[in-house]
Amino acid sequence: MANPEATMLRPEPKQTQTGPEKIHTWPHLVAKEFLCALLFTVVILLYSYYVDAPLRELANPGEPENPAKAPWYFLGLQEELVYFDPWFAGVVLPFLIIIGLMFIPYIDFNPKGNGYYTFRERKFAVTTFSFGFLLWYVLIIIGVYCRGPFWAWFWPWEKWTLAFPTPPPLWSLPAPVGVLLLLAYFGVGTWLPARRWKDFYQKLGPVKYGITMFLLLAMIGTILKMGLRLGFNVKYVLQTPWFNI
Amino acid sequence: MLPNLKEIGDKITQNDVWKSIFRHRYEDTSRNRMLQVLSNVWLHIHPTTVTKGNINISFTWCLGGLTFFVFLFETLTGVLLMFYYTPDVNRAYADMLDLSNNAIPLGRLLRNTHRWAGHAMVITVCFHMLRVFLTGSYKAPRQFNWVVGVILLVLTLLLSFTGYLLPWDQLGYWAITVGTNMAGATPFAGYQGPFAELFGFTIDNDIRFGLLGGTSIQAPALLRAYVWHCIGLPAMAGGLMMLHFWRIRKDGFSGQL
Repeated sequence: MANPEATMLRPEPKQTQTGPEKIHTWPHLVAKEFLCALLFTVVILLYSYYVDAPLRELANPGEPENPAKAPWYFLGLQEELVYFDPWFAGVVLPFLIIIGLMFIPYIDFNPKGNGYYTFRERKFAVTTFSFGFLLWYVLIIIGVYCRGPFWAWFWPWEKWTLAFPTPPPLWSLPAPVGVLLLLAYFGVGTWLPARRWKDFYQKLGPVKYGITMFLLLAMIGTILKMGLRLGFNVKYVLQTPWFNI
Repeated sequence: MLPNLKEIGDKITQNDVWKSIFRHRYEDTSRNRMLQVLSNVWLHIHPTTVTKGNINISFTWCLGGLTFFVFLFETLTGVLLMFYYTPDVNRAYADMLDLSNNAIPLGRLLRNTHRWAGHAMVITVCFHMLRVFLTGSYKAPRQFNWVVGVILLVLTLLLSFTGYLLPWDQLGYWAITVGTNMAGATPFAGYQGPFAELFGFTIDNDIRFGLLGGTSIQAPALLRAYVWHCIGLPAMAGGLMMLHFWRIRKDGFSGQL
């Protein structure tokens, strides 16, 4: 039995006249956190009891794994190696993703949707971010489950063999065409939405608008390049003596 | 005659020693509920009261707190593993076998939980970011804390990545080969990257060389992965977590449901 005196002394926190309802952190929030931690511990212990962490043979520098796969969370980037050179897929692309993520709070001028779930009030932001998030995981799933020896495509239920068909020969666009194409893509891609959605452009201003569109076009461009490669066997859009894209 | 329970209780609690440790009594009063949070080193990270809607599971999904908990879980299991693991190419794999075969008591469970919880942390931190984005919680005045969060995401990936090499098995060895070869392709600073010759970067002085401590993955690379994994990265992540949590308190919670 609770001490009646204590019960009398137990008012909920003083509520202000306006503003949302307040409750005590102890026990309401702390109890939930504790349960969460407990549940996680139980799940991870059970899982670890039944499923062993992978351990292969002793490392042997003379005998490469085929395929040699990076840890699963980097397989999206390794998958991009099919479509881009390592300097882009492994360095510039992750760099753009990290910098792009950091820029988000500073280029999102929309004051709505601060502190609650909403799609209607921030359609562009939610669509773009969710798409990028999804793309990252789709590429990971492809890398984990659909790539076999020499990074050839195998469905998860297919047996890995070395007798897969030779991939078709690839070709690259001539350098002047590549330069024009890239300039046109980023130029028109930046100019057209500014004309079409004047309000969007004016609210952002030229600098923030430029950054937003560059990041968006880089993401879409990455997918377009994948399409060019898969659909038209294009190796490089732009070929130079120093680097290729 | 036996003294009653209340008297025994008072004997235990009404003295200088007890009072020097426990600053308040435990009756369920509004004041004690607040003191419970304020006077506890682990709990005082919280405010004493919260908005009711803020603690709905369907708002936060506990993802940030869970990520922090997994970090603590990894610290504990990681320190225990450090008692049994030697970052030496001649011993590391044998130590893994000892763990896996339970030659070390509970070794298999210890290694499995550390490995799977590491993967879990990557997942919880990603979904925590998705949640924060979808609730717009990075908006003013919390922009900078989002930036800190992005760095913490990168550190989480690097923590997991450096741990990947430590078993010194074929899986880790070739995964780290793939990963660090990418660093060798860094424009300007990697020996295979565009414009490497501009600053005179070659295979034995570029960014990849700095990561591996050599031109290929050998003993120095294992030691570097170990030191980054156990000291460098956890220290950086721990420091940034303090900043991350402190900023949450200073900037306030976002949900005003």
